[in-house]
Amino acid sequence: MNLRQFLAEKGYKDNPRRLAEDLIHLVFLVLGLVAVGSVLVITIYLVVSGLPAIIKIGPVEFLFGTRWASTAAEPEFGILPFILTSIYGTAGAIIIGVPIGFFAAVYLAKIAPKKVRDAMELCIGVLAGIPSVVYGLVGMTILVPGIRILFGVPDGATLLAAIVVLAVMILPSVINVSLTALQAVPREYEEASLALGATSTETYFRVTVPAAKSGIFTAIVLGIGRAIGEAMAIMMVAGNVANMPSIFRSVRFLTTAVASEMSYSSGLQREALFSIALVLFLFIMLINAVLNMLKTGGKNK
Amino acid sequence: MKKFIAIMLVALAAVSAFASGSSEQSATVATDGSTSMEKVILSLAEQYMIDNPGVNVTYNPTGSGTGITAALEGRCDIGLSSRALKDSEIESGLKQTIVALDGIAIIVNADNPVSDLSIDQIAGLFNGSIKNWNEVGGADAPVVAIGREAGSGTRDGFESITGTEDACVYSQELTSTGAVITAVSQNPGAIGYASLASNLDQVKTLTVEGVQPTEDTVKSGEYKIQRPFVFATKADAPLSDAAQKFFDYCVSADAASIIAGAGAVPTAE
Repeated sequence: MNLRQFLAEKGYKDNPRRLAEDLIHLVFLVLGLVAVGSVLVITIYLVVSGLPAIIKIGPVEFLFGTRWASTAAEPEFGILPFILTSIYGTAGAIIIGVPIGFFAAVYLAKIAPKKVRDAMELCIGVLAGIPSVVYGLVGMTILVPGIRILFGVPDGATLLAAIVVLAVMILPSVINVSLTALQAVPREYEEASLALGATSTETYFRVTVPAAKSGIFTAIVLGIGRAIGEAMAIMMVAGNVANMPSIFRSVRFLTTAVASEMSYSSGLQREALFSIALVLFLFIMLINAVLNMLKTGGKNK
Repeated sequence: MKKFIAIMLVALAAVSAFASGSSEQSATVATDGSTSMEKVILSLAEQYMIDNPGVNVTYNPTGSGTGITAALEGRCDIGLSSRALKDSEIESGLKQTIVALDGIAIIVNADNPVSDLSIDQIAGLFNGSIKNWNEVGGADAPVVAIGREAGSGTRDGFESITGTEDACVYSQELTSTGAVITAVSQNPGAIGYASLASNLDQVKTLTVEGVQPTEDTVKSGEYKIQRPFVFATKADAPLSDAAQKFFDYCVSADAASIIAGAGAVPTAE
């Protein structure tokens, strides 16, 4: 089949604009597949390089072992401290960060005067653009000594320091996404509520916020995603010792466990680091799936 | 377009020159062993390969023990060890040549009144048996031990010299010398260790058993927290031509500045 036949068959000959249109669609499809392809490659690579060590170490010892000593004479590879630290750290960041972000978003969307709103939005934009290494640096030089002095602990590089840093880091995404969701609520809903005699505060929290529920869930997903995946900043403030998590102890997250030992690792130690990455990846998938379910559940109501 | 063709021709000429060069005197020098020596051996190899095109120096980071075994079994030309060879290893037919020394400084916060410690005291501070600075003549403050991540050559060196392998109770495990120095400079109760070659202005460097760590005291052996970087070779069988040349280069005075640049103290004069 030659080109001319092909063009005629598809009806492009009479309609050259359709040809252009279809070509552009094709280009966009390929560009879209870049993301899909990356996800596939990463997933396959992580599974292939992460599974062998889990099998060698034993899934139970690996996931529920409480001691990590990767370079000891008799190495132990238990990652329960990392898993719990990641869960506690993320939960702590969400408990502190989400209420602040949520109320800030309600204030910005509904209550704030325009000038205040513009100024605050500018600040949030800047906050979102600050690289994580800068959060880490500021945390290391101000927060860590601050916690040591304030709480009278020997060393400020603790889980608490990591939680505070993470809480600040998730603020911009929580605020921005919640804000967009709140602003998208149709004005008529609020007007109807106000007309029925509700005060404006009642209206915001009884009408606007429930209507924007799915957007606010998305904001929390993004916050959790950012908190659980963050490595650089918390590596600089959490102390990185493989302790079981406790608020005033030095801890190591799943992310920092991979990042801190990767450069000099070899053999089973390196394979185990890939396994940690695989566990982290599964965690993020799980959290996304759970929150997506919550989101669709919210919509059906 | 002309320019493009010119560039392509030059590139082609370069490639063919390289190809013919390597076919004339292609030789490989295989080294295997200590991960602590990575920086030193890679710096030496890089410079040597620039000076001697066609020679390929490889490095397999496996650890001192594996490197020594590999040299003994002839699986590599030069075994790299960051500890002196044991008598049993020398008896089994290996020769050791010290190419460099690695000094590790013990650092504390600038406000810490302690200025001298013995190796036993240092081990105690790191393994948790000494919990307060007043036990070693300091202020009444909790000890905060700050170290490097598992797998780091400095950590491995420090722990093996002080006999605290796998026994250190760290408050922080940081991934770079700079981070250790910063953390120590901020906490009045902190103690840490760092390669002697790093910039230690922000912190106080301790004398160990009365000896100040300097290049001279490391070289003379007076400063105790140090270890040798050793080339292990077979005593009875000669090295290949290329390996012998690389070996001679590494122990020559020419290599001293490169070894120093990689953070170790060269032994060649």
